[in-house]
Amino acid sequence: MQTMARRTFKGGVHPADGKSLTQEAFIHRLRPTGDLVYPMQQHIGKPAKPIVAVGDRVLARQKIAEADGLMSVPIYASVSGTVKAIEPRMTVSGNRVLSVVVENDGQYEEAPKLPVLEPGTDAAWKETLLSRIAEAGIVGMGGACFPTHVKLAPKEPDQIDYVLVNGAECEPYITGDYRRMLEDPEGILEGLHIIMTLFPNAKGIIGIEDNKPEAVRELTEAAKGYADISVRSVKTKYPQGGERTLIYALTGRKINSDMLPLDARCIVCNVDTVYEIYRAVIKGRPLTKRVITVTGDAIAEPGNFLVPLGMNHREVVEAAGGFSEAPEKIISGGPMMGTAMLALDVPVEKGSSCLLCVKKDVVSTTTQTQCINCGRCVQVCPGRVLPTRLAKAARNHDEETFIKLNGMECCECGCCSYICPAKLDLTQTIKSMRKDILGRRKK
Amino acid sequence: MDSLLHVSSNPHVRDRMTTAGIMYRVALALVPAALFGVIHFGFHALLLIIVTIAACLATEFLYEKGVKRPVTVRDGSALVTGLLLALNLPPNLPVWMAIVGAVFAILVVKQLFGGLGQNFMNPALGARCFMLISFASAMTNFSYGTFDSLTGATPLAALKAGQEVNLLDMFIGNIPGTIGETSVIAILVGACFLLIKKIIDFRIPLAYLATFVVCLILFGGRGFDYQWLLAHLCGGGIMLGAFFMATDYVTSPISSKGRILFGVCLGVLTAVFRLFGGSAEGVSYAIIFCNLLVPVIDKLTIPSAFGRKKSAKAAERKRNA
Repeated sequence: MQTMARRTFKGGVHPADGKSLTQEAFIHRLRPTGDLVYPMQQHIGKPAKPIVAVGDRVLARQKIAEADGLMSVPIYASVSGTVKAIEPRMTVSGNRVLSVVVENDGQYEEAPKLPVLEPGTDAAWKETLLSRIAEAGIVGMGGACFPTHVKLAPKEPDQIDYVLVNGAECEPYITGDYRRMLEDPEGILEGLHIIMTLFPNAKGIIGIEDNKPEAVRELTEAAKGYADISVRSVKTKYPQGGERTLIYALTGRKINSDMLPLDARCIVCNVDTVYEIYRAVIKGRPLTKRVITVTGDAIAEPGNFLVPLGMNHREVVEAAGGFSEAPEKIISGGPMMGTAMLALDVPVEKGSSCLLCVKKDVVSTTTQTQCINCGRCVQVCPGRVLPTRLAKAARNHDEETFIKLNGMECCECGCCSYICPAKLDLTQTIKSMRKDILGRRKK
Repeated sequence: MDSLLHVSSNPHVRDRMTTAGIMYRVALALVPAALFGVIHFGFHALLLIIVTIAACLATEFLYEKGVKRPVTVRDGSALVTGLLLALNLPPNLPVWMAIVGAVFAILVVKQLFGGLGQNFMNPALGARCFMLISFASAMTNFSYGTFDSLTGATPLAALKAGQEVNLLDMFIGNIPGTIGETSVIAILVGACFLLIKKIIDFRIPLAYLATFVVCLILFGGRGFDYQWLLAHLCGGGIMLGAFFMATDYVTSPISSKGRILFGVCLGVLTAVFRLFGGSAEGVSYAIIFCNLLVPVIDKLTIPSAFGRKKSAKAAERKRNA
C-alpha cells in the first residue's frame, strides 16, 4: 500500500470562504436565559432514552438521557432548572424529535464532575477510556455525529497506522475549529495523545489547510513535546476535510464508498472531537457545549460562541448582535454541506458547527439551462465520477446506468452543483437516487 | 423575520460562471481572428460575418417561437455558431449562401436534435460541410484582392501540389483562405485567452496537434521536414479547428481521458484526409466525423472512481455474492 502523502486530492472547488468575518473573533461564552431543548437524537444510531421526568429539578452537567445500546450516547443538561416537558420538538433538520425541555433557573448549579482519569497504556485503561468517551456523550463534532466510542473501538486496534485529526475546516465561513486550534492547542494535542494510547502502533497527524498558517504554527509548536505526532498543512480546497480526501492527502491511501478509514488503517477525528475527549478525560466534563460560528451578511456582529447545547438559535443570534437585515436563508452548518433551516426557533445540537444567515439566497436567483457537457462537474468531482451523467440517469430512474457509472461513489460534497454553469441541481439529484438505492439495500 | 425562510438542499452557493458567460467568452476569443479577417479581406468579409450571425440568431428565435419553446437567443450559443460559421466561409461568398448555411446550422444541426446541448455535431461545421457539398465551387474559391482565381490557391493546395510556401505569411495570415482561418497568431491569441480562463481544455488541441504532427512525420513521406510540418500546422483550418471547434463542449467527450482519445482520433483523421484525400483540406470532415465517435469514446473512457480499481459492476457483483 502506498504511503506517500499528497497534501491534496484531484478535483475540488474554491468557493468564496467568508472566513474573514469571524476568524479573528475569540470564542465567546454564552449563557442562555430561555428554555433549553435537548433532542434525544443528536447522533447517528438509536435515540437516547430520557431518565428524568417532568417536574424534576436537574443540575448543569447532570445526565438527563442515557444511551440506548452501543450505537447511542447519553445527553446531559447544560444548565440547572426544572424539566418542563418531554415531547416532540422541531430540530435543525426540520423533523420533530422527542426532546427534554428544561426551564432555565439561571443558577447554573452544577452536578459533580466525573472523576479525572490518569492516562495509562494497559488493557484496563483502554476500557476505562472508551467507556468514559461513551459516558461523556461524545460524537463526531464535525457534523457527522457518529458516536466516537464506536469509531475508536475497531476490532484490531494494533493494525491502525495513523490517527488523523481533521483541522482542515474546508467549509466556507466556519472558523470554530480554527479558533479552537489557536486558543487551546495544548488541549487538542493532549486529546490526540489520549486517543493514541488506544492504538499502540499509530502515528498522529493533524491536517490543517494552508490558509490557516497561524493554526499550523501554534499546533506545530505544541506538538514538539510529542514524538509521534506531527502537524501537516494541506492545500486549501473544498472538500479537503472530507474523510476520503483527507486520508489521501495525509497518507496517500485511497478508500472507496464500501470501505471505512479502518481499511486504510486510519482513524479520522475532527479537531473539536479530539478536544472534547481531552475535556472528558482530563477535566471530567461531559459534552454540554460546543463552539458555533454565527456569521453571514445578515448578522450584525459575526463571531464564535461557546454555546450550551440545547440553547435556542434565536438567543444565539441575539448574542451576535441580532440581524442587521432580515435573512432570506438560514443555514445550519456551512454553505456547501449545511442544512437550510425552516425556522430559527430550534435548539443548538452536538453537530451544530455554524449558523450562517444570508441576506440573499443565491440559489433562488439562478436560472437553470441545458447541460452543455462542459465537463466542469467531472473536473471538480473528488470522487472521480461523471456527475452530469449520474444526474441524468437519476432523473430517468435508470438504476443500472447509475450503478455502472459509479453513482454510489458520490460523497455528496456539492462541488458539481457549485460549479455547474447551467446551474443544475446535480448533487441533489444524485443524492436522492443514492438514498433510494441505499434504502433498498438495507431492507 | 415575518417572511418565510428559503429552504433548499445543499449546496447553498453557486459559482458565478454561467452558460451564457462561457459562450460570450468564446465569442470574445474569436474577435482577433474575425478582426484580422475583416482587415485582410475587406468589407465583404465583415458583411458575411454580420449576416451569418444575424441569420443564426433569427433562425433560433423564430424556431423557438414557432414551436413554443423558451427562447434561448441570449445564451450566446447561436452567436458563437454564427461567428464560427462565418469564419469558415471564403471571403467572397455570395451573401445568400451564407444565410442558407446559417439556417442549416441552427435549424437542422442544432434545433431539430433538441437545441443546445443535444446536437451531436458541431453546428457551424455541419453547415460548412453541407455548403461544401452544395456550393462546391463558391466554397472553394479563395481569390480575393490582388490574388486572382489562379493565384488564389491556398498554401495548403500549393503544398499538396509540391510548391514552396512562405511560412511567415502563413503565421501572420497574409494568405488566401476562409475569413477566420488564415492568421495563426490571431487564433492563438484567442486560444490563449480561453486556455487561461479555463474555458477550453488543453487536452483536445494538444492531443490533436501532436498526433497530427506524428502522423505527418510517419506517413507524409517527407520525414522530419520541419518547414513542411509547420506549413501544415499553419495552413488551412487546423488551428481554428483544434482550438475553437474540436473543443466545442457539446460535441466532445466529457472525461479527460476521452478528450485525449478524441484529439488523437482527430489528428489521425486530419492527417489521412490531408495526405491521401482528394482535397487539400480535411479538418472540417475530421471534426464532424469524430463528433459522431463521441458516444463511443465516452463509453470507452468512463473514469474509475476514487479508490476503485475494478469497475462498479464488479463491485456490485461482489456485494450480491
